[in-house]
Amino acid sequence: MPGHNVGGMTQQGVRWTADRVLALAPDTASREAGGRLGAAGPWSGTGRSDEGAVWGLCGGSGSEPYRTVVDLADPSGPAYRCSCPSRRSPCKHALGLLLLWAGEDGAVPRAEAPEWAEQWLAGRRGSTERGRTAGSPSPPSGSADPEAARRRAERRAERVTAGAAELEQRLADLLRGGLAAAEQSGYGLWEETAARMVDAQAPGLAARVRELGALPGTGPNWPVRLLEECALLHLLGRGWLHRERLPEGLAATVRSRIGLPASADGPPVRDRWLVLAQYDTADARLTTRRIWLYGTDSRRTALLLFYGAAGRAPEITLPVGLALDAELSAYPGARQPRAALGERFAPPAPTAARPPGTTTARAVVRYGEALCDDPWLDSVPVTLDRVVPVPDGDGWQLADADGDTALPVAPAARSRPGLWRLVALSGGAPVTVFGECGHQGFTPLAAWPEGADEAVSLC
Amino acid sequence: MSRTAAAADPSLPDAWEDLVTTALLGTDRRTPAGCAPGPGAPVALLDAAAAATVRRRAGLRPARAARRPRPAPKDPRPPLPPAAARRLALLLSDRPGTSGGGRRGTAPDLMELLPQWLAAANARGFAAPPAALPALLDAARGRTDLRPATLRFAGPRALWLARLNPDWRFALRSTPGGSTSVPGSGGPEGVERLWQEGLFAERVALLTALRSRDPGAARDLLAATWATERAEDRLLFLDSLRSGLGPADEPFLEQALADRSRNVRATAAELLSALPGSAFAARMAVRAGTCVAVDHTGDVPTITVEAPHECDADMERDGVVAKAPAGRGERAWWLGQLVEAAPLDGWPRRLGGRTPREIMALPVADDWRSELHAAWCRAAVRQRNAPWSRALLGEPSAPEAGGPGAVSLAERAELLGTLGAAERAEWVAGFIETHGLSEAFQLLGVCAVPWAAPLGRAVVDALNIARDAGSYPWSFSGVMGLAERCLDPSEASRLDALLAIPDEPENASPGAGSYWSEAFQRLVTTLRLRAAMLEELTPPGA
Repeated sequence: MPGHNVGGMTQQGVRWTADRVLALAPDTASREAGGRLGAAGPWSGTGRSDEGAVWGLCGGSGSEPYRTVVDLADPSGPAYRCSCPSRRSPCKHALGLLLLWAGEDGAVPRAEAPEWAEQWLAGRRGSTERGRTAGSPSPPSGSADPEAARRRAERRAERVTAGAAELEQRLADLLRGGLAAAEQSGYGLWEETAARMVDAQAPGLAARVRELGALPGTGPNWPVRLLEECALLHLLGRGWLHRERLPEGLAATVRSRIGLPASADGPPVRDRWLVLAQYDTADARLTTRRIWLYGTDSRRTALLLFYGAAGRAPEITLPVGLALDAELSAYPGARQPRAALGERFAPPAPTAARPPGTTTARAVVRYGEALCDDPWLDSVPVTLDRVVPVPDGDGWQLADADGDTALPVAPAARSRPGLWRLVALSGGAPVTVFGECGHQGFTPLAAWPEGADEAVSLC
Repeated sequence: MSRTAAAADPSLPDAWEDLVTTALLGTDRRTPAGCAPGPGAPVALLDAAAAATVRRRAGLRPARAARRPRPAPKDPRPPLPPAAARRLALLLSDRPGTSGGGRRGTAPDLMELLPQWLAAANARGFAAPPAALPALLDAARGRTDLRPATLRFAGPRALWLARLNPDWRFALRSTPGGSTSVPGSGGPEGVERLWQEGLFAERVALLTALRSRDPGAARDLLAATWATERAEDRLLFLDSLRSGLGPADEPFLEQALADRSRNVRATAAELLSALPGSAFAARMAVRAGTCVAVDHTGDVPTITVEAPHECDADMERDGVVAKAPAGRGERAWWLGQLVEAAPLDGWPRRLGGRTPREIMALPVADDWRSELHAAWCRAAVRQRNAPWSRALLGEPSAPEAGGPGAVSLAERAELLGTLGAAERAEWVAGFIETHGLSEAFQLLGVCAVPWAAPLGRAVVDALNIARDAGSYPWSFSGVMGLAERCLDPSEASRLDALLAIPDEPENASPGAGSYWSEAFQRLVTTLRLRAAMLEELTPPGA
């Protein structure tokens, strides 16, 4: 579902924060190079238009300065043009220009666009207009013939059903021959099965199969993990094949786990959403950005997902610790946190609000309860109140300051720099920690020290 | 949680273990308990495993808490202003080598500004933000020159943290003196115990820290165990008396002159020669005095030198090294050691009541000039004698100041170090005005930061002249780098005229103009950044 959540992002006139600009960087090197160019020194002829374009000349090594222009008006995200030879997008000049615009009052004054910038901008406006009038291939809902849409959905369901049946067959074959044999057969078997699931238009099944393929031979307990994941995949396949007999909430969860498109058609909830955490995960195809929000009035925790092509940062970034006055609409599925960002009413602002915390014992219970609605769930968002990071053998745990129970820090989180930031922040004293709590352990994502300090991101 | 934490098989329930074993072997070889063999067996196994997996996950329990670490000590310093905290994060995220390519372009070198930022933050007494401690420790780990300032800024919590991560152990070894965590600050008994039982590095750190607080107590501590220390250790311990050296140290140093180790004797002699009132200095003055005199028999008064004919046992006892290095005459070698150890203030009386400047102006007979002046240089540096340093430096605009004169550039830099900051800057400015930048790097290195206005102007003018002469800026990259870090940020506005790409003069190196423009842009950008940095660290109303 790439590109699902980009609506309502047109933000001309509202200046961005430096963090938001830097999050556009395609990689660390560009991010740092751009950071260095975000000062007045190399720039001349900078300006911005009311329509949301920013341009400038950046003195470089050649005799001609580079011409850099950024169009922020497009709702699907900023577009960049620079005369430098870099193939990165955005290049360091575009990042530097945006940083300059974001950073200093008056550094980028309102002005008439020079001809070289105007030409490109006009060309862009023209093509987006054309794109709009030609109509996108399949409007998300409504406008087209409902009968045709129903037939399309039926055809897709049939293909998924065929795919799920094939997957069931393959899993049965696997268990008949034994998982030990699977270790020898290598990754190719799984890759091929994953490709079959893509053909069956079941991307959720395909992704799970690919993850299975990475498990054999990893660490001493791989047969246990492989059996668990095979069993859950089997459960999902069976869930799909018997979805008519499932309660509606669970059926919706199965559809979403299979990877069928859903629209966030829950009623819009306007709230001041505190940004708890933002982090990216990437595979060979896609960068996925997860943003956890907490509604300070609705007391709901919500998850936003954004996607970018591999190696590119997703377009949207929200600053951890600030609150966003905005509307969110939930995706279908019982008690699941995913939502879509709707209208935003004001730029993110500081807040003293924090999510209410709980104990380590209650946190595991919450995960257990959530499994009733979604047995495929790896973790739930939890805020732990008054916990202390404690070294425990090779790993770490978060121990209740006022009790004798603790949650182990998830193995994948042990080697991240965020863990040391958390330990430093605590200094052996109780802190409030937000993170994901699941069968792997606890993954800390943000923390607040005792007192009135602002959130510290651990991502 | 108990299962994942204990991930070991014995804790698994039997039924689950049976499922795993069957899955590994395959249902063709083994039938899971309670299932009929045949085509339905794999699905039955998967059904059972799915139920067991969800049940196990839903039934997780929290783990038992391990022993908690002792809390970190409180840091009493005030927190950084928010803008300064953000700046620190930015400086720390800049790692050399990530920007790619050797050439630096127009962007400032942020990592090079970290030392300055740390110095300013330490001077204002701010506490480090706890969340920044890991990045600070990582930076100090990579660059030993940053360690003292970084660890001082990082404060007590950083040491607490370093105990938990083997990567940061260096912080425990190199605790700088004067911070809140002076080693052995647990009272006199703690000092005594650490001195008696500590590792060598800990003992050096303790001695250095104590010396900066109470020089006498440090010397007494060392004297108490002196006889039992190993020779290499004695040498390093003795070296730590260099700071806070005073007349009260003389008896101990005199005693060290009789040490078994030649290196220890030489160091003791060097320290004593920095005490012009000592009996040692008086002995050296007598010896050196017999070697140097003014001869009035010629047309002009001339200094004559009669170098010692032998190095006797008393001289050796006073640290004079008898054996000359290869290629040096031994008489000249002995003379140099005597003159550098003799108090400079004795020479005017000895040489006809002349001032140091007048003594410098006297001709020296028989090619002894460079030997004699070099020894006086070493003496002036060691005794931190400003009038003599001034005389030895001479006029900055003198022709020989730029060439291979009696006093080398390195010696000049050391002599400048004995003068006040303003005088130093003025001398170097005068030097650059006459001789340009090609020899100035070392001299600029000893000037106080930020550079005084006349010095800054001299450097910028000289860079401008170099640009107009048509050479490439990287011939001056050392000075450029220094200017970025040391020029007063308020000079930035005066540099605007230099940012444009100039017309290429005749005979100029191709493209030099735009490289100069780029170099000046970087200079201006860096200066603006430094100004912003310092402003962020200045609390409002201060």
